[in-house]
Amino acid sequence: MTPMRIRKHPILPISEKDDISFTWNGSPLSGFDGEMISSALVANGVHIFGHHARDGSPQGIFCANGQCSQCLVIADGRPVKACMTPLREGLTVASVEGLPRLPEEDAASHVSAIASVATEVLIIGGGPAGLSAAIELGKLGVRTLVVDDKDRLGGKLVLQTHKFFGSVEDSYAGTRGFEIANILAAEIARHPSVEVWLNATAVAVFSDHIVGVVRDGRYITVKPAKLMVATGAREKMLSFPGNTLPGVYGAGAFQTLVNRDLVKSAARVLIVGGGNVGLIAGYHAIQAGIEVAALIEALPQVGGYKVHADKLMRLGVPIFTRHTIVCATGGDHVESATIAELDDKWIVKPDTQKTFAVDTVLMAVGLAEVNEFYLKARQFGMDVFHAGDAQEIAEASAAMFTGKIEGLRIATSLGVYSGEIPQEWENKATVLKSRPGGVVRREPPSREEGVFPVFHCLQEVPCNPCTSVCPQHAIHTENDTITGLPYFTDSEVCTGCASCVAVCPGLSVTLVDYRKDPEHPMVILPYEVWREKVEVGRKVPVTDVDGAILGYYAVQKIKTRKKYPGTLMVHVRVDRPVAKRAVGIWVQEQQIEPMAVYEKAPPPDEAIICRCERITAGEIRAAIRSGVLDLNQLKALTRAGMGACGSKTCRPMIWRMFKEEGVDLGTVTDRVDRPLFVEVPIGAFAGAPEGPHDETV
Amino acid sequence: MTKPYDAIIAGAGSVGMPTAMALGAKGVRTLVIDMHPSPGQGENKHAIGGVRATHSAPGKILTCLRSIEILSTWQSLHGDDIEWLQGGYLYPVYRESDAELLKNLLPLQKSYGLKIDFAEPRQVRAIVPGINPEGLLGGTFAPEDGSISPLLVANAYYRRSMSLSVAFRFKEKISRILVDGDRVIGVETDRGRYEAPVVIDAAGPLSASLCETAGVRVPVEPDCHEAAITEPVKPFFECMVVDIRPAPGSKNYYFYQNRHGQVVFCITPDPPIVGMDKRETSVFLPQICRRLVHLLPRLRHLRVRRTWRGLYPLTPDGSPVVGWDRQVQGLMHATGMCGQGLMLGTGVGEIVARLVTRSTTDNDAVILKEFSPYREFKGAEKLK
Repeated sequence: MTPMRIRKHPILPISEKDDISFTWNGSPLSGFDGEMISSALVANGVHIFGHHARDGSPQGIFCANGQCSQCLVIADGRPVKACMTPLREGLTVASVEGLPRLPEEDAASHVSAIASVATEVLIIGGGPAGLSAAIELGKLGVRTLVVDDKDRLGGKLVLQTHKFFGSVEDSYAGTRGFEIANILAAEIARHPSVEVWLNATAVAVFSDHIVGVVRDGRYITVKPAKLMVATGAREKMLSFPGNTLPGVYGAGAFQTLVNRDLVKSAARVLIVGGGNVGLIAGYHAIQAGIEVAALIEALPQVGGYKVHADKLMRLGVPIFTRHTIVCATGGDHVESATIAELDDKWIVKPDTQKTFAVDTVLMAVGLAEVNEFYLKARQFGMDVFHAGDAQEIAEASAAMFTGKIEGLRIATSLGVYSGEIPQEWENKATVLKSRPGGVVRREPPSREEGVFPVFHCLQEVPCNPCTSVCPQHAIHTENDTITGLPYFTDSEVCTGCASCVAVCPGLSVTLVDYRKDPEHPMVILPYEVWREKVEVGRKVPVTDVDGAILGYYAVQKIKTRKKYPGTLMVHVRVDRPVAKRAVGIWVQEQQIEPMAVYEKAPPPDEAIICRCERITAGEIRAAIRSGVLDLNQLKALTRAGMGACGSKTCRPMIWRMFKEEGVDLGTVTDRVDRPLFVEVPIGAFAGAPEGPHDETV
Repeated sequence: MTKPYDAIIAGAGSVGMPTAMALGAKGVRTLVIDMHPSPGQGENKHAIGGVRATHSAPGKILTCLRSIEILSTWQSLHGDDIEWLQGGYLYPVYRESDAELLKNLLPLQKSYGLKIDFAEPRQVRAIVPGINPEGLLGGTFAPEDGSISPLLVANAYYRRSMSLSVAFRFKEKISRILVDGDRVIGVETDRGRYEAPVVIDAAGPLSASLCETAGVRVPVEPDCHEAAITEPVKPFFECMVVDIRPAPGSKNYYFYQNRHGQVVFCITPDPPIVGMDKRETSVFLPQICRRLVHLLPRLRHLRVRRTWRGLYPLTPDGSPVVGWDRQVQGLMHATGMCGQGLMLGTGVGEIVARLVTRSTTDNDAVILKEFSPYREFKGAEKLK
């Protein structure tokens, strides 16, 4: 039994699996067959995967997505990415201490020809955009190959335990992300012209219009007539001392560990960034039994949906706006993180530092398009399309629309579709991409009799499943637009079915029922965390929309809907004055207070900008100050961007440093990107047969 | 009107940078113009880093011995690390004909001061652990050859040149060489006009089109080679390994492990890929990786990180073109390094500076005869 497994989860099903054994630096451990090595290690409480050759600093999981190479370990003698290499019985895993040794396997190996495949359409990425495009192409019988580097379809949908926004008829609103992944995968399977390769990583595009793919360790060249890039997004990073300590990693990596692999990767986290990714990660943390010390956001208000922020605050998580992270501190792993308030000029205000004892800092400071395949393909004159986050960062619901649209565009360019691309799709994609509107104050309905829903939805976001599920058709949005705020038309017709409570992705609809006891109306609250905290009879802290506790009220009963088993509808009887304000139940045991004394931060120049080569902000700054105006020269001088990831993480931070130094960005030359975008063993290119021991990619 | 210069160098690359430095050291007021945004961003950075004096012709041997002298002492003299690694050059042989070819070159190579010998198979296996022993007949090994980081060298020379008051104009493309009668008077760029009595063509693959603007024909034609670099692993060999056997689609290929532990490799396509296209193709990696795995099987577990293509400014006989132009006075050729610009450039730069200051030596005469723009361009260097 591994200690850090999630054994119960309010939303995710947990299947029983048999343990297998492997060794870590010689000690026996157990894990699950086929899970990624990184998840097995973290499930055993192992977070330090090695120490970097340049400065001896510890390394651990960072992207959990096959991109960054920070999770390198030695598996049966060979360096591999722990997050992309499956565990198997008897595997010998060791940490990478400095440079790994190349195994001295000197027996001649047979080489064979590299397989080549031609297809009408190649789609890189089996997430919401890629799958939606493939479905459109499948409907038209177009020979389509979808390659995805993971072992299952769905992309980041797989990590999403929350119900989706958007609308029921178009984007599965109200359905949870991982369930949408299953729906799309099942749809793909119905189209015989669509072939799917899992565990297949696209590694390069070449000028002869060939895409290199490594499938289960074998290199294959694919020649498509049309290429679709649906590679999603990668997370941005911030520069602060301690930013490479194990325990500092992306919110996406966190969701991978926690939601996909059911590993309790942390005890207590600080979340940096108040966009939807950070807000949802906080919610996911609490669902996994992980404490959230705080969420911080540099802007004056969170950038994500207010309903997501409200959900977090109602559970007891403080949100500090206008705050930044100053440093993460610890020996070989994060032990604390220090935050501070920012002034109007984005400078840390003196004496505003607070240090929280946390073991994990989740970075959710924005996403960047994974667009290197698209840009290279375009440069090489390929017939290339892109959709989803690879095209423009937005919600997955929007990605499904851009995928559909681009799918039809490809079909049009192949001459197999001559119809129009529905204007409605374009409109919906645009709406689903729209940023949330301003926060409004809404007065609840004045009446205090009968039964009716109360909408604690105070911000225009593209979402309207409540209007679809009301059997009385009595819920509408303002102007009937998807972004309009919902309202209830006629109090007389509500039957109290609470479908609107169950479906709402924002958990911001309650039902207030005055019929039995007008002085103590029954309120139905949506709740998706630990059931034992809301057992019938127990008094629970009921909060308003901002997380202020209105009082402690006994749970009368709990109901669920078959379609939404994860959303508990908790019935509480409350005092009349607070009935229409009640919406949440406080969950965290107590507010997590900062430590008495804050950690003094090292100079900001000690922050690492290039993780692969461990190049500091100070080194980059010195080069910029010496007059460097070319990222290629900067790379030549400092090695920043020369590592395994190919500058995927450091490039935006380097550009930010040029800006900080007052350089006119128009005079700066960007770096040249080259294939490969993912490292590939020489043996794979040689067609040297690789046994199961060699599946390193 | 710009201030007068004594010399203008076209190109801040493998040849232009050391030439600028050598001219600066002699007090020659020098301007370097390059279309790229910083030094070494043309073909220089595409070099894999090998520096050898193991050649078959005296001029190249002498030039590269001087390059090695400068590069190997650079850090102790100037302080900046250019990642010099004196790992030697190994030419392993598996065919009697290759053994004979290489052995026959040894007397000439030694007579010009190159330290080189034929190594027995046992020695070859010690130099490159894991090399395929089947049919291995030995190989030549020149222990004082080595490797450097082209990226760092270009920048080291840049810093040194700046300290010697050399001026640089980057992101500026020379549109033509200005000639008055039969004399060079400067260059015109997309941004302005610069005057000098000497213009040095160090434009590598662009030399032919550049000199054409002065009505001069230079026999340089670019062809394309592709290279790649791997992830780093603990160093287990230090030398450049050159496998001169041909295979379908390629001639020789070569590789070494740099100071960071990364293996860098490159191949000579057959037939050559002529032209300016530098876009990476899908052909190269499978082609070379098969050969690498055959020669050094343990490399199959090493992961390739990135690949790129670069241009060789090729001449008909594989030797450089260095010397004054006879048709246009004041025009100097320092080009056509045939993919050896990094190893030859440092030595060539000094010779060009001595030509400009009329102070060439006896050794220079040997070299300049071999590199003359007016030679017959017949035959081919044996270790091209």
